[in-house]
Amino acid sequence: MIIQITHKLRIIRMQHNKKKPNLFKTYRLGEEFIRVFLFLCATISIITTLSIVFILGKESFLLFTTVYETQGGNASAQISLLGFFTDIVWQPAILRVGIWPLLTSTLVISFIAILVALPIGLGAAAYLSEYATPRTRRILKPSLELLAGIPTVVYGYFALTFVTPLLQTIFGKSTFGVYNMASAGIVMGIMIIPLIASLSEDALHAVPQSLREAAYGLGATDFEVTTQVIFPAAFSGIVAAFTLAVSRAIGETMIVAIAAGAGPNLTLDPRQAAETMTGYIARISTGDLSYNTLDYNSIFALAFMLFIFTFTLNLISSYVARRYREVYE
Amino acid sequence: MSRKSTVNFSNNVDLNQKLAKRRWKSQVGRFFFRMTLIASLLALLMLAYNILNRAFTTVAIEDTVNPTELSEIPLAELEKAELLLILGDYLSSNQLRILIFERILGAPREDWSDLNTQTLSAIIEVGQYPEDWGTMLVSELEPQQILALLGQGLSQELLVSIVEEKVVEERVVQVWTLTETVFNWQGIEAQVATLYPTTRLEFRFWLNTDFLMTAMHSQPELSGLRTAILGSLWLMTITAAFAFPVGVSAALYLEEYAADTPMNRIIQLNIANLAGVPSIIYGILGLIVFVRAMGFLTNGRTILSAGLTLGLLILPIIIISTQEAIRAVPTSLRQASYGMGATRWQMIYTVLFPKALPGILTGTILSLSRAFGETAPLIVVGSITRITADPQGPLSRFTAIPIQIYTWTAQPQDAFRSAAAAAILVLVVTLLVFNSVAIILRNRYS
Repeated sequence: MIIQITHKLRIIRMQHNKKKPNLFKTYRLGEEFIRVFLFLCATISIITTLSIVFILGKESFLLFTTVYETQGGNASAQISLLGFFTDIVWQPAILRVGIWPLLTSTLVISFIAILVALPIGLGAAAYLSEYATPRTRRILKPSLELLAGIPTVVYGYFALTFVTPLLQTIFGKSTFGVYNMASAGIVMGIMIIPLIASLSEDALHAVPQSLREAAYGLGATDFEVTTQVIFPAAFSGIVAAFTLAVSRAIGETMIVAIAAGAGPNLTLDPRQAAETMTGYIARISTGDLSYNTLDYNSIFALAFMLFIFTFTLNLISSYVARRYREVYE
Repeated sequence: MSRKSTVNFSNNVDLNQKLAKRRWKSQVGRFFFRMTLIASLLALLMLAYNILNRAFTTVAIEDTVNPTELSEIPLAELEKAELLLILGDYLSSNQLRILIFERILGAPREDWSDLNTQTLSAIIEVGQYPEDWGTMLVSELEPQQILALLGQGLSQELLVSIVEEKVVEERVVQVWTLTETVFNWQGIEAQVATLYPTTRLEFRFWLNTDFLMTAMHSQPELSGLRTAILGSLWLMTITAAFAFPVGVSAALYLEEYAADTPMNRIIQLNIANLAGVPSIIYGILGLIVFVRAMGFLTNGRTILSAGLTLGLLILPIIIISTQEAIRAVPTSLRQASYGMGATRWQMIYTVLFPKALPGILTGTILSLSRAFGETAPLIVVGSITRITADPQGPLSRFTAIPIQIYTWTAQPQDAFRSAAAAAILVLVVTLLVFNSVAIILRNRYS
C-alpha cells in the first residue's frame, strides 16, 4: 500500500518536473569540466613561477652543501654562502666562486646601456608625443617598434662586427680589445631604446590635454611644457619604464655572450673584457661539462640571483606604475 | 625678428632678454628631441647596413688541386669510373669510408665510430654489394671495394660534387665587404696580386640556394642553414602547439570566469611579472624540468624539450594579448548570447571566440616571432651545432637558426661572419613576414 503510494507520488513528481524544469540549479557537467580545465591552464603561470623558485633554490642549496675537489683531486672544499657574496675571485678550477667579478661587469654594462637608452628613449618619446604631427608619428613609431623586434643575437653580431671595430678606429686598437664591455653596453642601450620610448610615450600620452593647454595659456614654450609639466606629470610611468629597462639589461644574455668577452674580470673599466652573470651561464651551458661539477652547479646560484634581481625590479616597476599614477578627472 | 619688435617693454629690457633665452632653450630642446629619434633610426640603419655589407662580399678563392690537373674535359662531363679513379688517387681509405657513412647512409658524425665496427650486411641493403662481402667489417674494406660501393650507391652528379668538394677543395682565403668592394677595388686587386697570386676573385652573395639547402660544415663557404631551418620550423610547431591552446584557455578563464578574488589577482600579477623574467632563466627551467626530470618522455636535449621551454617563455605574452583581444569584444554581444539562452561555454565558443580570433592570432604570431629569434634558452636546453642530419621528429637533437648565427659569429674567420650575416637575413626576413601577416590580420578584421 505504502509502496504503491510512494510510487504514484514519484510518477507525479516526475511529470511535474517535466513540465517545469528547474532553471536555477542546473548542474552541467560539461560546463563545469571546461571551467576546471581553463582554471588549470591559468594556474600554469603560477606553477612556472613556483617551479623556477623551487628548482633554482634547490640547486643553489646543492652548490653550498656539496664538497668539491679540484681537478687533480689535491684539494677539496665546500663553498660557503658568505664566500659566495664576499669573495672577489671567480675561479671554479681553484674552488673559489665569489660573485663580485660577474656582478660588477653586469652592473657596468647595464649602466652604460641605461646611459645610452634613457636620454634617447625619453627624448624619442617626448618628440613622438609632444612635437610630431600625427603623420610623422604614424611613420616613425612602427620603425621604432621594428628595433624592438630584432632578436638579441643579431644585436650581439652588430656589437662584435660593427660597434667594436668602430670604437677601435676611433680610440685605437690598444685601448679597445676585440671584446669589451663598452660595445656590449652601447648596443644593449640601443636594444632597450624602444622599450623605454614606447612605455614613456604611453605615460606622456596619458597626461590630459588640459594640462598642456593651461601651460601654453600661461605663455610657456613647448620645451617648458614638456620638461616642466608633462615630464613631472608622467613621472611614475617614466620611473616604471626605467626600472623595467634595468631589469631587461641585467637579464640580457646574447649581446654580452658575444661581445663582452669570456672570462670573469673584476674591473669597472668599460674598455676591458669581462664576463657577466648571464654570459657565464651561456658559456658553461654551451660546453659539455658534466653534471655535479662546481662550474655547472654554480650557474644555478647565478640564475637564482638573476631571477631575484629581475623579479624584484619588475614588481617595483608595476607597483610604481600603479601606486604613483596621477589620476586626473 | 619682427615678432620680437612688437613686444616692447621699454622700461624692462631684462624681460626681452629672458624671452630670447627661453625661445633659444626651446629651439635647442626641440633639436635635441628630434636628434634622439633620428639617432635611434640611425642605429637601425647601421644595423641593416652592417648585415648587408657582410652578406654581399668579394671572396678570394683558391683551389687545393687545380681541376685541369685532374682531367682535360670539365669534371661534370666525366664518366663514373673516371671520377672514382680520381677519388681513389686523392683520398685515403679512411676518407673514402667516411664518404659511405656521410653520403650513402647520411649518418651523423657521432655514429661513425659505431658504424666502423659493423658488418656490411648490417648497414647497407642487400643487392648493393657483392654477396660474399656481407660478413666483412666496414673497417676491413679495401679502398677498391669502397670505391665500388660508392659507384653503386651514388649518381654521377653526386660523385662530381664530391670530387669538387673533397679533391678540388675550393677554399675562401679572404673576404672583403661590400663597401670595400665598391670603394677600394684597386686595393683588393693589388692585395690579391701580392698575397695570393694563385687565387681568383669572385663576388659572392652568401644567401644563395646552396646555403639554404645544405647542412652545417666545418668550412664556412660550404656551410648551409638547412638543418637549422628545419630545426627552427619543428621548434615553432611544438611551441605553438603547446602555448596557443594553453595560453588562450588561461586568458579565457581570467577574462570570462575568474571573479575578483585574491587568487585570481595573484595569477594576473604573476603573469605580468613572468613576461619580464630573463629568457635564460626559462632555459634553466627547461633544462631541469624537461631535459632532466622528464627525460624519459622528451628523450633529453631534444626539439620537444626546447619547444616546450620556448612555449613556457611565450605563454605570458600570449595570455596578455589574448586577454586584450577578448576585452575588445563588446559586452552587448555577450549579453545578447546569454539572452538567447546560451550557457557560458556556448557563448564563448559561438560568439566570443570567433569575434576575438583575429586579435588572438595577431598576438600569437607576434609572440611566436619572439620565440623564433630566442637564442639563450636554446643554448641552455642544449642544441648542438655540429649536426649534419635533418631532424627526424620531435625527439631528435637539433640546431636552430639563432644558434647557428651565434656559433658562426663566435668563429674568428671573416667568412663565418658572412655566413652568419646570411643566416641573420633569413631570420630577419622571416620575422618581417610574420609581423606583416600579423599587421594585415589586425587591420583587416578589427
